[in-house]
Amino acid sequence: MAKIIGGITTSHIPAVGNAISDGLTQEHYWKRFFDGYQPVHEWLEEKKPDLIIVVYNDHGLNFFLDKVPTFAIGCADAYQNADEGWGLKPTAPFDGDAEFSWHVAESLINQEFDMCTCQEMLVDHGFVNPMRVLFGDHEVWPIKAIPLAVNTVQHPLPSARRCYKLGQALKVAIESYPEDMKVAIAGTGGMSHQLQGERAGMINVDYDLETIESIINDPDSFADQSTSHIIEQAGTEGIETIMWMVMRGALGEKVTCLHKHYHAPISNTGAGVLLLESDA
Amino acid sequence: MVWKKHDYEDIPGSYVFDGKIAHNAYALNKLFYSFNEESCRDEFNADPAAYCDKFGLTEEQKELVVNQDFLGVLRSGANIYFMAKFAIPRGVSVQDAGAAFQGITGDEFREKLLEKREGLEERLEQEGGYWNG
Repeated sequence: MAKIIGGITTSHIPAVGNAISDGLTQEHYWKRFFDGYQPVHEWLEEKKPDLIIVVYNDHGLNFFLDKVPTFAIGCADAYQNADEGWGLKPTAPFDGDAEFSWHVAESLINQEFDMCTCQEMLVDHGFVNPMRVLFGDHEVWPIKAIPLAVNTVQHPLPSARRCYKLGQALKVAIESYPEDMKVAIAGTGGMSHQLQGERAGMINVDYDLETIESIINDPDSFADQSTSHIIEQAGTEGIETIMWMVMRGALGEKVTCLHKHYHAPISNTGAGVLLLESDA
Repeated sequence: MVWKKHDYEDIPGSYVFDGKIAHNAYALNKLFYSFNEESCRDEFNADPAAYCDKFGLTEEQKELVVNQDFLGVLRSGANIYFMAKFAIPRGVSVQDAGAAFQGITGDEFREKLLEKREGLEERLEQEGGYWNG
């Protein structure tokens, strides 16, 4: 049977990908941020997951605002990165696992999460940068990957609670897949940041650290927060941290935190890296 | 017909991209979305005003786009992720756009952000359990 071996959180901002492309990861501005991934790299090397589900939001590559699924899952054998219109160099394509995806989609829908199933899905920096920062750059990626997109762009958005419940359903879905397979889940985005408006540039370190503690030890307290409250505290784009709750829900009630890392600023954001294993 | 009020509208200096904004700026964002395609970028560059007409922008929106008034474009409802496809190739970063809301330069904006770094390691030391280099 498939097994969830752990959960990771990571930023997905374009600047992270640019720093990798430009060889800046050991420059002063970036060093502390990137060095904080080392324990995650060691864990991935040791545990060797077969597949990673990357929970992210699309930023206008695959989905335009004409049709915005609240939750969408890739159900293809491969996923292409592509031109986002402003100069990012596309990466090599990612291998998926269509049979696994369709099983997960069916299970989620049976559990009343009405997923949008995508047989073609372009993955943007929100998906690509987590893969690059976790695995490095590759012509052939060393792991299968499934995109799971959450709408964090065009309100109304799913609540933090809803994302948490999706994660709980995702656990049931993954653990009922008949093939032996080690699965990791990455919750991406966040933490506090706001890109536009007079409050642009806000970072709320106190709130970010509270959020990290909640997500590790008391996810219900984060799940109880309204979208408006999270935006007020973490900024309009800081709402992305709700995607961490999908990962967290999939790990079960209690987790062991193997690694936690926080840095600010990277570009406009506070950035949190967590490595969690389920206690169950 | 009325747009329902939301409590997030009371958060100062913040504009939540909801149905009301998305509806009113649909054509504008659709124009920017088209820039994912190189051929569309070329067509726009050849005749910006005609390209705006093709997407049905209002006269006011057209003027903002043709004049590359990035702050005006954002204020008129462009989503920042879609605006990025217009601004970044023209040398205006998302940070520069954010700075414009406060009437400061991109460099000043980045300096303010860097202040968040001060004392961070000590703060995390106090919190405990954080990787700290």
